[in-house]
Amino acid sequence: MLEALRAVFAAPFLDMASSPTFLVEVLLGGIAAGLMYSLVALGFVLIFKASGVFNFAQGVMVLFSALTLVGLMERGLPVVVALVLTMAVMVVLAFAIERIVLRPLVNQEHIILFMATIGLNFFLEGFGEMLWGANVKRLDVGIPDTSFKVAGVLVNRLEMTAALTAAVLVAVLAVFFQKTRIGRALRAVADDHEAALSVGIPLKTIWVVVWSVAGLVAIVAGVMWGAKSGVQFSLSLIALKALPVLILGGFTSVPGAIAGGLIIGVGEKLGEVYWGPLVGGAIENWFAYVVALVFLLFRPQGLFGERIIERV
Amino acid sequence: MSVVVRPDTASGPGRAAGTAAAPLLEVDNVSVRFGALMALNGVSLEIARGEILAIIGPNGAGKTTLLNVISGFYQPSEGRILFEGRDRTRLRPADVAALGIARTFQNVALFRGMSVLDNIMTGRLLKMKGSFLLEALYWGPAKRQELAHRAYVERIIDFLEIQAIRKTPAARLPYGQQKRVELARALAAEPTLLLLDEPMAGMNVEEKEDMCRFILDVNSEFGTTIALIEHDMGVVMDISDRVVVLDYGRKIAAGTPDMVRKDPAVLDAYLGVDHA
Repeated sequence: MLEALRAVFAAPFLDMASSPTFLVEVLLGGIAAGLMYSLVALGFVLIFKASGVFNFAQGVMVLFSALTLVGLMERGLPVVVALVLTMAVMVVLAFAIERIVLRPLVNQEHIILFMATIGLNFFLEGFGEMLWGANVKRLDVGIPDTSFKVAGVLVNRLEMTAALTAAVLVAVLAVFFQKTRIGRALRAVADDHEAALSVGIPLKTIWVVVWSVAGLVAIVAGVMWGAKSGVQFSLSLIALKALPVLILGGFTSVPGAIAGGLIIGVGEKLGEVYWGPLVGGAIENWFAYVVALVFLLFRPQGLFGERIIERV
Repeated sequence: MSVVVRPDTASGPGRAAGTAAAPLLEVDNVSVRFGALMALNGVSLEIARGEILAIIGPNGAGKTTLLNVISGFYQPSEGRILFEGRDRTRLRPADVAALGIARTFQNVALFRGMSVLDNIMTGRLLKMKGSFLLEALYWGPAKRQELAHRAYVERIIDFLEIQAIRKTPAARLPYGQQKRVELARALAAEPTLLLLDEPMAGMNVEEKEDMCRFILDVNSEFGTTIALIEHDMGVVMDISDRVVVLDYGRKIAAGTPDMVRKDPAVLDAYLGVDHA
């Protein structure tokens, strides 16, 4: 009994203390993965805030953007050109979604819009494969997947680049939403559609903006993830990892998406490395969902979400 | 009933503008159909520059529908709407707002998560322009612009006497004050025409008197033309220049408060003689 308690509550921390550089490496890995989750979750939050739609297709948007980028590069375009073209494709996609999916469904129930995004999910999946093929593709963005040492800590170049890009993107978005006119309009739309319309905010423009931003965020996630593990269908499944992040951070909170992603990313890496052997490993696969369940039980609005108060 | 005294606004701004011949807004034979229901049935009316027009009628008469059509939330099935002489029947809410028509809602539609100040600032979005980059950096012209808008908003806050609650999140305010903030947000857009959907619903006598005073002041000081829906007949008689009466989607009477009050059709509609 005592032995078991020691193994769970003491031994892992002793391990951490005995090799600080290894701990830092684990933490860095966790932060890198966490920022990726944050990016995907951010895409969800933006669309959810602005249109009240839970966008089931966010994960496939990640896959679609990565497929497009690889496909363009396979046709001999340099990385930068392909990247710009992919961005353009995602913006065009945002316009198309607003025109074809959202506008005809304006003022419908949320569940109907949600169903529409499920349809969008399957369409994008099929369309992407039709254009670029279904086999696993290697994505080489010119950053080697190798490591270098800083103060004795092993750092992976690709992961660090990904983490920095994600951090910069998140910072830019935060400023955009807090400080600009469009940002204020967007918060207004997120709060109350009717009121936003009555002060002259064009809903269509806002929707195109958020879907475009969600598309751009998807590109970053798609590129970074694709460079690490190849561009394939399973990319769209990281959206499933974003769900617990959303529950943790709150569906309506941008800082929540970021903090939630980091907590999940770091938590699952620490769990895997230090507690994994106790239960035979694979903690990484379920850690996020258990955390999400705990939050649903005790704090359903998440860390930063708007408090749900029912007035009777 | 209400003790508000109607000041003499016959010489108020707008009315003196000499454009009396051309109405500010013209609703021409407008019908709105929801399936088999005729929410509005061939309604025509004019709103003159500078006046306060009250739209009254029993529940379900089509008053809110009329406001929704004017502000672009509904599209008329038939008929035309002219604003400042131009046809703008098919405009969307955001375009209508850009024309200078502001509105409030029957069930207060505030940005509940934002502070009172932010709510009112949002009302000025249409007046703001400039580059994202400068705005993001809060620098140079963008900063000057923000400060200028802020100053205007502070004037409205003073005018409506809501200084004390400017930092409070809108959702936390009592209903009467939410209505006042909604009016402030509408005023922030410097509208030519202000549409108020039951601005005094659910208020106590004191709050109603305040609101009446504000409406009259807005009309006389800013020269804003106002169309409002109201159930309290005392209020309607006190503050409006003209009254339009709707019943079952049709216009059944129009004229000065006194004329309307004595109109047999109006009495029937309210007392239910015809429809009993």
